[in-house]
Amino acid sequence: MADGGRQDPTTRPPVLPTLETLAAGRLAPEDIRISGATLRGQAERAARVGYRPFASNLIRAAELVDVPDDEVLAIYEALRPHRSTATELEGAAHRLEALGATACAALVREAAEAYAARGMLRQIDAPSGRD
Amino acid sequence: MTASNAQTERPPRWRRLDLLDERPGALDGQLPEAPEDGLVAFPTALDRRPSLVVQSGVVVEMDGRAAADFDLLDRFVVAHGLDLDVANEAMALPSTEAARRLVDISVPRAAIQRLAAGWTPAKLAEIVALLDAAELVIATRKMRIRRTPSSQAHVTNRLDDPALLAADAATAVAFGFREIETTVPVAEHAPANALAILIGSQVGVPGAITQCAIEEAAELDLGMRGLTSYAETISLYGTEQAFVDGDDTPWSKAFLTSAYASRGLKMRVTSGAGAEVLMGAAESSSMASLESRCVALAWAMGAQGVQNGGIDGASVAGSVPDGFRELLAENLMVMVRGLESCTGNDTLVSESDLRRMARTMPTLLAGSDFLFSGFGSILRHDNMFGPSNMNGDDLDDFLTIQRDWGFDGVLRWPGEERIEAVRERAARAVAAVWHRLGLGLITPGRVADAVAAASSRDLRPDEPHAVSDAAAAIVDGRIGLLDVARALLDAGFEPESEALLALARIRLTGELLAPAAILDESMRVLSAFTDPNDYAGPGTGHRVSAARRREIAATRRVLDPRALAAEQAAASGSVGLTPTGPAVRGTDPREVVVGLSPAFGVDLHRALSGLTVGAVLGAVLEGIRDGGGIARVVRVPSSVDVGVIGLTASRLAGSGIGIGLQAKGTAILHRADLRPLGNLELYSVAPVLDRAAYLQLGRNAAAHALGERPVPVQNPYTDEAITARYHARVVTMMRIERACARADEPPVELAVDLDG
Repeated sequence: MADGGRQDPTTRPPVLPTLETLAAGRLAPEDIRISGATLRGQAERAARVGYRPFASNLIRAAELVDVPDDEVLAIYEALRPHRSTATELEGAAHRLEALGATACAALVREAAEAYAARGMLRQIDAPSGRD
Repeated sequence: MTASNAQTERPPRWRRLDLLDERPGALDGQLPEAPEDGLVAFPTALDRRPSLVVQSGVVVEMDGRAAADFDLLDRFVVAHGLDLDVANEAMALPSTEAARRLVDISVPRAAIQRLAAGWTPAKLAEIVALLDAAELVIATRKMRIRRTPSSQAHVTNRLDDPALLAADAATAVAFGFREIETTVPVAEHAPANALAILIGSQVGVPGAITQCAIEEAAELDLGMRGLTSYAETISLYGTEQAFVDGDDTPWSKAFLTSAYASRGLKMRVTSGAGAEVLMGAAESSSMASLESRCVALAWAMGAQGVQNGGIDGASVAGSVPDGFRELLAENLMVMVRGLESCTGNDTLVSESDLRRMARTMPTLLAGSDFLFSGFGSILRHDNMFGPSNMNGDDLDDFLTIQRDWGFDGVLRWPGEERIEAVRERAARAVAAVWHRLGLGLITPGRVADAVAAASSRDLRPDEPHAVSDAAAAIVDGRIGLLDVARALLDAGFEPESEALLALARIRLTGELLAPAAILDESMRVLSAFTDPNDYAGPGTGHRVSAARRREIAATRRVLDPRALAAEQAAASGSVGLTPTGPAVRGTDPREVVVGLSPAFGVDLHRALSGLTVGAVLGAVLEGIRDGGGIARVVRVPSSVDVGVIGLTASRLAGSGIGIGLQAKGTAILHRADLRPLGNLELYSVAPVLDRAAYLQLGRNAAAHALGERPVPVQNPYTDEAITARYHARVVTMMRIERACARADEPPVELAVDLDG
């Protein structure tokens, strides 16, 4: 709905959401999506006033802006306890890296290490997931 | 002595215990402390002790545990949430000194927040445990991060009725709530509920933000479409076991936190005492220790805020000694770490009104980023989270308590007309959006019913699948904020459409992601960055402005003196009182004189009991006659004091016995030789005096005149908060008495006409 005739978000300049642009049918869902640059700007401000972990989170968020919803939810699912083998988590980290999400990839690798140490990985022959 | 003898000789049980057993609070469960099961508020010898050992920049021990034994929580905190640049200094500071700095108004909040980045979980738990209740209030006042307080409302109903949800969301906003949280009894209804409160929340005043608490992935999906603007039900737990039982790890939750921010959504996490105990996974740690781990994790993950203070487990904390103090200490830990604090008070912690208010009062005095993480703005039975600690039927009391203490509890009385207007507009708006987006039919009759409904009990159940079908249509059509805005615009709801677009524009700036961000009613972002709490003692920090004070003062039940005067005037004519000349002293030994107050039958015509002044005077005169006395009536213009009036009357009476009567019904039986404040009988509780009491007063007066010894009248039994009920009226009536008084005028003889 409300997105008829829209162009590729990477080439189409963003349109400011106003009553005029709404009435003219010019708005698309990507026009109300936050940008990576905005998130990085917020991260810089936060880091300047001592909110370092909060800033790191915004950096990870900036990386995820262009990662599709389904992929985001799939990686969240993979990070739940006993869901993934070490190899599967490494695969997720790799996919994130390929999308430019290096901080997110590092978080996933760190999880893999912690899960291995605490027995939170899925055993290779166990069924995956609880669904 | 045998056992049976002992039994028979046992004194009877004190009957008041039976009454105490019937009190609502007797239903509350309380438990003995059991530290081994986590049933203890603050750290004991079983808890981990604060420690931090760093070698070559690597943490090798934290809180008494070696790195090799770190669980997932320790690992995450060490990896992301400990600032080793300040850790040495922070950990070396004795906890007593740290606790004193928390309450010292000369130590700035920022100085404490800097150290907090180097405090381990056990250290922070140890520090807050040192504060007593009053100190917690002062520390909270100083440490909360946003200067302007705010509050959140629960808006739900058992039917998931969209028109009622929208009307109730608009009502909550009219009362002053800036966050609206809904949830669903039926999971598949979630998109329809989110849509309804999104629309209702923008009616009247724009910018309140909304959430729909459901399963994490589904909730994120609603937020991605713009149907919600924030989330807070991302749960953290204080032990690895409980965390994993909750099907998450610190890493999965950290990733989710990033995912929310990546879609421009505000998010806070949820934790709180009792959750681990309820899951049987407390690992012999106190509630404060476990919660401190949660708060450290929240900081480490980069969440902007925490909802804690017991939450679902609040009553578990409430079952052990110091439990309520621990709940406030949890909130303080969040503030100390520089995070937004959404301070619980969202679970009904007691059947006792006294206890539930006792739990919440310190938060109200101190202020908070969100005083309630869900004030139940609807009625208890419609709250699908379960009843909150304050609910829709408490709103007037809440506003009065806010008025009593002059704190900023965020809420206001919007006025009946305003409430009607926003309820009607919100319900119509959601019906229009349903129609335009093809979600289903909400009839004008249903809209009208929802506008008037006290709760969903006043509504007939709708078509059984109407809400499910609408929710499915929202999902299938990928309906989002822009579709809703367009439908509102096309249906003539332009201000609401613009409000949604303004929300979208603000989301694009990322400002709503800042710690403790809210939108005020002018759509300005207030956060720890734009509106930092700068409390440094009296005269600093958030203060109640003159305009806000007027709003706080204007509760619904403030007595209007003009209305009282009109009500009095309407009761006039019950007695005719005609002055006939100066009053003189009588000589008949049977004579009783009745003295009337200045406004009696002049500007005041109805006593507090509801009797007219004519009925009061008539009963007294009838009683005097019945008792064999002779009555005479005078006005005492010089005094409003019932004692002086009675004494003046008695000194005019041939018998030396007089009665004083105020228009509000207070009466006294006096004798000429007594002091003004002495008396034979005082009928002070005017509201409960009836005709029989005034008759008896007259008879007793006559008996005294005849030298008999009557039985004094006893005030009747009453459980009423008599002064609370009547003093506002008493004060107003006494002001009218005073206005009629003439200090220099002597008593005046009156001719009485009881037929009016």
